[in-house]
Amino acid sequence: MKKQRLVMRTVILILLAAAVGYTLYANFTKDEVERVAKGKIAPDFVLTDLNGQKHRLSDYEGKGVFLNFWATWCKPCEREMPYMNNQYQNYKDQGVEIIAVNVAESDVAVKEFANRYQLQFPIVIDKDQQVMTAYGVNPLPITFLIDKNGEVVDVHRGEIPTEELLIELLEKIKP
Amino acid sequence: MNEVKCECGHVNPHGTILCEACGKVFEEQSNDDKKLLDMRYEGSARRSQTYNKTFIDKIWNFFSSVKVGVWLIVITLVASALGTVLPQEMYIPPVMPASEYYEDQYGWFGKLYYDLGFHNLYSSWWYLILVASIGVSLVICSLDRVIPLYRALKAQKVTRHDGFLKRQRVYGVTQLNNSEKPYDTIKERLKLKRYHIREEDGNLLAEKGRFSRWGPYVNHVGLIIFLIGCMLRFVPGMYVDQILWIREGETKVIPGTDSEYFLKNEKFTVEVYDKEKDKEVFNKALEKSGMVAKNYQSDVVLYKKKGETVAGEEAELEKVKDYSIQVNKPLKFEKFALYQVDYKLNELNKMSFKLINKETEKEFGSLTVDLYNPQTEYELEPGYSVNIISYFPDFQFGEDGKPMTKSRIPNNPAFVFEMFTPDKPEGERSFVAIRQNIEPFGDNEYKMAFNGIETKHVSALTVRKDLTLWTIGIGGAIFMIGVIQGSYWNHRRIWIRRKDGEVIVAAHTNKNWFGIKKELQVVLDGTGIEEPIDQSIDEKKVNEEKVG
Repeated sequence: MKKQRLVMRTVILILLAAAVGYTLYANFTKDEVERVAKGKIAPDFVLTDLNGQKHRLSDYEGKGVFLNFWATWCKPCEREMPYMNNQYQNYKDQGVEIIAVNVAESDVAVKEFANRYQLQFPIVIDKDQQVMTAYGVNPLPITFLIDKNGEVVDVHRGEIPTEELLIELLEKIKP
Repeated sequence: MNEVKCECGHVNPHGTILCEACGKVFEEQSNDDKKLLDMRYEGSARRSQTYNKTFIDKIWNFFSSVKVGVWLIVITLVASALGTVLPQEMYIPPVMPASEYYEDQYGWFGKLYYDLGFHNLYSSWWYLILVASIGVSLVICSLDRVIPLYRALKAQKVTRHDGFLKRQRVYGVTQLNNSEKPYDTIKERLKLKRYHIREEDGNLLAEKGRFSRWGPYVNHVGLIIFLIGCMLRFVPGMYVDQILWIREGETKVIPGTDSEYFLKNEKFTVEVYDKEKDKEVFNKALEKSGMVAKNYQSDVVLYKKKGETVAGEEAELEKVKDYSIQVNKPLKFEKFALYQVDYKLNELNKMSFKLINKETEKEFGSLTVDLYNPQTEYELEPGYSVNIISYFPDFQFGEDGKPMTKSRIPNNPAFVFEMFTPDKPEGERSFVAIRQNIEPFGDNEYKMAFNGIETKHVSALTVRKDLTLWTIGIGGAIFMIGVIQGSYWNHRRIWIRRKDGEVIVAAHTNKNWFGIKKELQVVLDGTGIEEPIDQSIDEKKVNEEKVG
């Protein structure tokens, strides 16, 4: 009788604790759930770059992809661009591709920006914000580090303040 | 721990105050004591305070206390109220980070408010734990009370211990030798009053409305289901609440639908009441308040994606339906509803310019720029053409004095044009913004003259999916059933005990004592059995006399 009572109480308390624990966990991850997070497979996309060439994420299987979302009006994005430009060729040779996704701006504005900074890496424009929605991007800038299997290894929110940090991030996805 | 065996033979759980079967008082004072019984939970062994040995028991007993439950509710109430003193983080304008905003707007109080985490109260861990603790307390309190109460009510015998009857609030003894006839009359009358009658050895227990005792517990079950409903909101896929800003003519993917549905905004309309056109009835009101909105409407087309495409790919869309979304008339599809929630009128969409000679003002053709996606080259009259070198949709001068854009929305478009004319084949540059025309070299022969704008309205829709509503609804309904069950019925019991030429009448109800006394009056009327008295009134009088 006594034993049974203890077992019953334990079971009920465990059930209640599980429900509370789950609610807390879900509450604190609710912003992440809809988004692409660490450990998930990066959603595939096809976007066209400034030269009219199509880039499909799944075509980069076997390579690391440094996927950066940005806009010309976003100051932190602007600041990290030169670092990316500096490292682009070096890491491309090592199998890491840098792709910059501009969020729904006009070709004119993006081209002008790319010319101003002499950007080498492919810049694709997400015209109708489908890719942005699929990746749950907000706010800019945000960078997804995708490994050779298409899995998101890390997500860097906000500016990449130093070139050292950029290199560190790029190293993570070297195949 | 030993169980308690009563002299009537019934075995009670440890901690019982009144025997479940006969009502004999176990604790301290003798059965002859004059004091009235505390009949809550039938004197059953609730929450067996004595099982306090293990860690589990300690937690259990903590939550089993009603006092703890009440405090949890009070603390939650106070915290909830504090959360409304200043606006929550999600409602502050995005002009500066929350950490600065509160201090800037509300001074030291704002800073304290922010530091204590009240700016994001309702999803803070401690607030959620408070609410969850109320839920836990609810479950454990209820279990600890409803089970012993059920046992006690089920085990009760017709023949109750004298001490139990004597210490009921309504109690009376009549000396009567031949009680057969009045007894039968009373029994018949009680039956007419819809009492359930049980008899044993010439004694009687009449009972009705026992199910009203379960009211509070039914109510709690409803509350718990309600809380589960709230919890379900956090489960992915159960709840979507997003905003979709969509320009006229634009087709956009609907967020939350896994890129399966697309929406096109054909037209957005705002209508206000018009004195001329609308009924005369409205005139007075309109005079008083001026502009009154009549209608906000988005005419939309819903599309479903055909086949598999990846994001960014032009999807093949299949039209599902046309619909006009108005306030409180959402577009519904599958489990989703799109509500009209906001709008922005006359957003710039296209801008026209004409190329003119500054001196002669002669025109050499015009061009129209799509502000969301401008072309770069425009051919005008033969020999004349214009290129856009730079474009700033939301123009302002940056800290470094260079033109820049604040956003991608064309709130204040500015351009750098390069004009090619037969006189100036190498091109002239000019910077053109609204009411501004800057020439970097100051000696242009031609200029781009403003030639009109085209605007579009933008509509904001709330995308809502809520699969938790039915759970919350069922919880609410059960909650109300419990309230009704507990408030509109009373659990009434009347005991009649015959012994040695005495007839004892005692009664108990969980509420509405006036009602049961009235009922007894009718039942006993003319039977020769005296109406029992309300001992609580008696007791009060005695106390008052003592004090006096």
